[in-house]
Order: sequence, then C-alpha cells, then structure tokens
Amino acid sequence: MRTTEQAPFTIEQFYKHINQGKLLGGMCTKCGKVHLPPRPLCDNCYSQDFEWTEIPARGKLLTYTVIHIAPVQFQSMAPYAMGIVQLTDGLKMPGMIRGIALEQIKIGMELTMDFGTCAATQPWPQWPRYYFKPA
Amino acid sequence: MNGKPLVSIVSVGLSKFGKLEGLYAREIFAEAAKEAFDRCPKLDPKNDIQALYVGHMGESYEHQGHTGATVADWIGLGHVPATRTEAACASSGVALRTAICAVRSGLSDVVMVGGVEKMTHRPTAEVTEYLAMASDYPFEQWNGMTFPGLYALMATAHMHEYGTTERHLAMIAVKNHFHGSLNPKAHMQKEITLETALSSRVVAWPLNLYDCSLITDGASCLILTKPELARKFTDMPVNIVGSSQAGDTIGLYERKSLTSLAAAKMAAKKAYEMAQVNPEEIDVAEVHDCFTIAELIAYEDLAFCKPGQGGSLIERAETKLGGRIPVNTSGGLKAKGHPVGATGTGQAYEIYLQLTGQAGKRQVKDAEIGLTHNVGGSGATATVHIYRRG
Repeated sequence: MRTTEQAPFTIEQFYKHINQGKLLGGMCTKCGKVHLPPRPLCDNCYSQDFEWTEIPARGKLLTYTVIHIAPVQFQSMAPYAMGIVQLTDGLKMPGMIRGIALEQIKIGMELTMDFGTCAATQPWPQWPRYYFKPA
Repeated sequence: MNGKPLVSIVSVGLSKFGKLEGLYAREIFAEAAKEAFDRCPKLDPKNDIQALYVGHMGESYEHQGHTGATVADWIGLGHVPATRTEAACASSGVALRTAICAVRSGLSDVVMVGGVEKMTHRPTAEVTEYLAMASDYPFEQWNGMTFPGLYALMATAHMHEYGTTERHLAMIAVKNHFHGSLNPKAHMQKEITLETALSSRVVAWPLNLYDCSLITDGASCLILTKPELARKFTDMPVNIVGSSQAGDTIGLYERKSLTSLAAAKMAAKKAYEMAQVNPEEIDVAEVHDCFTIAELIAYEDLAFCKPGQGGSLIERAETKLGGRIPVNTSGGLKAKGHPVGATGTGQAYEIYLQLTGQAGKRQVKDAEIGLTHNVGGSGATATVHIYRRG
C-alpha cells in the first residue's frame, strides 16, 4: 500500500502517521523486510527503497512493568504500566498500557493501540504519543 | 587465539566510591591514578605511559566534556594521546578493550586505562534522566520508559518464563551488601536483611529500591603493558587472556529474547574461546549488577548455570563468598556503587586484588582465574574480560 509515496522513512514521519491514527512500517522493496519503526537504510540488505505498509495495531503483551518513579513529564501519571507488545510478523513495540486496572494486567493479554495527538508544547521533537489498551 | 596473555596488568588504582563532596571528576581520577603509581614504584609515569583511555558517560553532570584531555592534564600526562570512550555503563569496559587493542597493535608499550563519573551532586531526578540517555529515546523514553523500567521488563519476563521470584532478586541485594560490608572502598558498607530489601519502595515493579544500584562518585584505573615487559614493572602481574565486546539493538523491544542479553552471551562465548577457559574454571567474577535481575541474568549469560537456573544459584548461595563461584565480592554496583564511567575498570581492579591475594576480608582463597562482565544500557553493548594470575 503506497500511502505517502514521497514521505521519508524516518522516525519523524512514523509519528506523523501516528498523529493521523495509523501505524505504518517501512517495507524494503528489495528483500521484503518490514521495519517498525521505519529506517532509511534496510539493516538486512542495505537498500534505501521502501514502501509504507500498514501494521495491524493490535497484539499480545509480552512483558510489562509498573513505573512508580517516573521522569518529570510523566510524574502526574505514576504509577503507570509500560509493556512490550508482540504485533504481527515478529514486530514488537514498547508503550504505555492504559484503560485497565494495574493489577489486572497479564502477560499474554490482547491489546490494541490507541493514538494520541501532538500537544506541541515543546521544541522538536513534537511527536504525538501512542498507548496500548485492552482489546 | 590460544589462551596466551593478551596484555599484563602491572598496577591498579581505585578512588573511594561514594558521595565525594567538593571533588571534581578529574580530582577523583587523580586519587585512583596516585594509587596506581604508588603500587608500582618501578614505573616512571611521565616517561613510561604512552597513552591514556578513559571511560566517561556524561558531560552533563559537571558541564565538562573533553574528558580524555581533562583527566590526562590533572595526572601530569597532558602530553600523551588521551582518548575518552563512551558506551553508557560499559564506557570503561570498552576503554579497557580499546587499550588492549592499542598495546596489541604495537603502537604503545605501556598504557593507562580507567574511568570516572561524578554524579551525586545532582538531584536524583536529573541523574535518572541522564542515565536514561543510555536507552532509546524516540520509542522507549518518549513513551514513558525509565531505565529501571527496562530491567523490570526483563525481570517480569524472567519470572513468567522461569518462576524466578522477587525473593531471589532480594537475595542478590543482600549478598552484595554483605560483600560491600567487607570492602573499605565501597559506597555502602552495611549489611541489609531480606525483609529490608523486599519491603523497600517500589521503583519499577517488580524492582524495588534495593534492586537498584547506587548513584555514586568514583574513579578507577589500570596500567597495562605487553606480557614480555610485565616483570620489568612488577613481580605480580595479572594477565588478561580473553577480551571481547559485542552489541545488540538499542531498543530492548526489538530483541529476540527478553530473558537474556544476547550481546553478553556472545561476548562471553568469544572471551571463553579466546582464553581457552571454561565457565566452571572461573574462581571469581565481577558482573554488571546495575539491577539485581541483571546479575541473575548474567549468571545464565556467562554460563555459570543453565538458562532459568539463576534463581536456584543464588538460593544455594553459590555466588556468595565461600560458594562455588563468588560473584561481586567488591559489593558490585549494588553496594560498592556505580559511578558509571568507572565501573568497567573498577571491576578489573577487584579481580586484580583477588588474583594477587590482596582482597583482605573478602579474599577468595587461591583465586587464579577471574572474569568481568560490563554492560552498557539495556544490553546494546557488552564486554567480557578474563584474567589469569601471572
């Protein structure tokens, strides 16, 4: 699926897509490897030719933690859960888990991605954040 | 490689580890350097030392970069080529490997290698943010991850897969604090109880305060030379017989395994091969216990036990002084302290003392072969070194 043909395969662009409510990775047109997050250079075959490909924004929780001592900008949310989620085709993403009581979080549970928007309250990077919530 | 010495350590130095108020990093390094010079009267530092390698993670702490030149200047070696290495918590493990390469290349006969960090004068929240820089920013930190959080993710995965418990982790803290109580240079020299460790404040569940290493000031250094020159400087050299460094993805989330550090495993395998040593032959080891779970995983990555058996190894006290393979006799990062840049060569300092019978109350009897394991960030860099009494 060529959604944004000209868009560079950068972290900045990844977050522009998140801002639009889409999870997109970069598929190498030479070797077929899907990079999530995208990279401008294929780490498998060193090609620079990619296509944007939509990744189903759901998966299984592999592991998690509950952060009690948080960085300054997250302190008002603590304690909060962070996890690593197994998406399709061996792709994984880290993220915050919301919309569930902390003690009900279980390894193996199905989660979907929720997309925040960019608050633009700081200088670059002005990225939105994404979250995971129970499916 | 055939197990022959790569280089010889002819002297070592370590500053006091702790809250060193009013001292700048270069001054702390000078304390470590002075010990190394005093231990080796046959060395003429100004004329013999041909290069300096210094591990240092953060210029933010003191608003001071250019660490190589800064430190060299303050120890009267401003004229030698001085190079700073940075690989987060593995900064001086990487410095050590770089220094070994410098000697092995034939470019330098005698080099000094060490590391330093001055951290305690900054508020904890700020230090925590500096340390987090060792991990991925755009996906991990940006979305709320902390550095203890990354190791907590490994702990949860390890508990889920192998039945490891918070009690196992607390046992590692208790052991390392006991070892630290025997080390006059350790930051914390007080024993703790299992109950204290288990009931301490949660930092990133399942990791508590006592599962985390200390924010510490300190410096460490070694003087290396070619094996054939070692006896010119000392009667008791320690030889480095294996040196390896490996890498992995910067993001923890991209790793195949969340219960093992592939870089550490690979580095260990190469170092054992190079040294022609089996894991069973290691008499004493200093491993990177930035968090208790990191030490438990290190047992498995270094093949001191099988994957998943780390919990029972600590339960049987096999890694305590007097056990089969004492680990972190110095107190480790947990009790000796973790002045980030100083940690890698600080581990080598302890092994040098152990293999030369100078470790005092924490001496491992007849220790002949030692190992150090130094990890950067959540495992994107790992170095393993193996040492033999000369």
